Amino acid sequence: MIGIEHYVVVSSILFVLGVLGIFLNRKNVIVILMAIELILLSVNLNLVAFSAFLHDLTGQIFAMFVLTVAAGEAAIGLAILVIYFRGRGSIAVDDVNRMKG
Amino acid sequence: MIQTLAFYLFATMVIASGAVTILARNPVHSVLWLILAFFNAAGLMVLVGAEFIAMLLVIVYVGAVAVLFLFVVMMLDIDFAELRAGFVKNFPLGLLLAVVLFVELFVGLIVRSAGPMKLGTPDGAAMTGVGQSNIEAIGALLYGKYLFLFEASGIILLVAMIGAIVLTHRQRSDTRGQNVSRQNARRPEEATRNVKPEVGQGVVL
Repeated sequence: MIGIEHYVVVSSILFVLGVLGIFLNRKNVIVILMAIELILLSVNLNLVAFSAFLHDLTGQIFAMFVLTVAAGEAAIGLAILVIYFRGRGSIAVDDVNRMKG
Repeated sequence: MIQTLAFYLFATMVIASGAVTILARNPVHSVLWLILAFFNAAGLMVLVGAEFIAMLLVIVYVGAVAVLFLFVVMMLDIDFAELRAGFVKNFPLGLLLAVVLFVELFVGLIVRSAGPMKLGTPDGAAMTGVGQSNIEAIGALLYGKYLFLFEASGIILLVAMIGAIVLTHRQRSDTRGQNVSRQNARRPEEATRNVKPEVGQGVVL
């Protein structure tokens, strides 16, 4: 019998995979953005699972808003990536020090 | 029984493809594995009866975001081997952090099974009505109680769209674009002139 615990375990594994992805590919912004998408996916899975578990649709509505923000974030992030590549010819995160505060 | 089987299939696939996403050498492969992860997550959502969010996940993520990623990965000419230089060096620290995070999440789950905290009960305002499908219920909620949040999310998308266009748009001086208003404003008088050249004298251009 599948319970809420199973869903929480799956989404927490997915969350940890996303965090691990940010650490492992510290130089590659594209994979970092993909890892962030994985994290947001795990959050959505959690929201939907609890929404079904509690018979309350608010979780699914909230998952939709998370989806919206994730799409906007991906668009802006990739646009920044493109103009950064245009100026520097690389996307290594270590080189992003032009805006020294 | 079939639900349990489907759950384990989707769960295994989503975790495996998530792992390959962050480990793959080629970012194009990463994007493709990410798409597989989204599909399987959508399957997990369908299993609990949230078919609308699942379809939204497939349409928005696979149809828009993943394709955007693919475009950017293929557009940029990057030596990806060089970007993986710190992979081995970062591995122990990253793994340590991941294990700590997972253990914490798991401890939370175990503690919860010892007896849940009572934070409150659902007030029933957001419950699926009898004989109502998931999409109907979400629509009623979205266009009723959460109307202003829905509009706000539309504004967020608009801002993101305009931001992305403004960021990536550039005026290139080495290309000659079409200027429609200049073309329309051009009159025959200023574009042509009448001359009566004498025979044998040639013409001045």
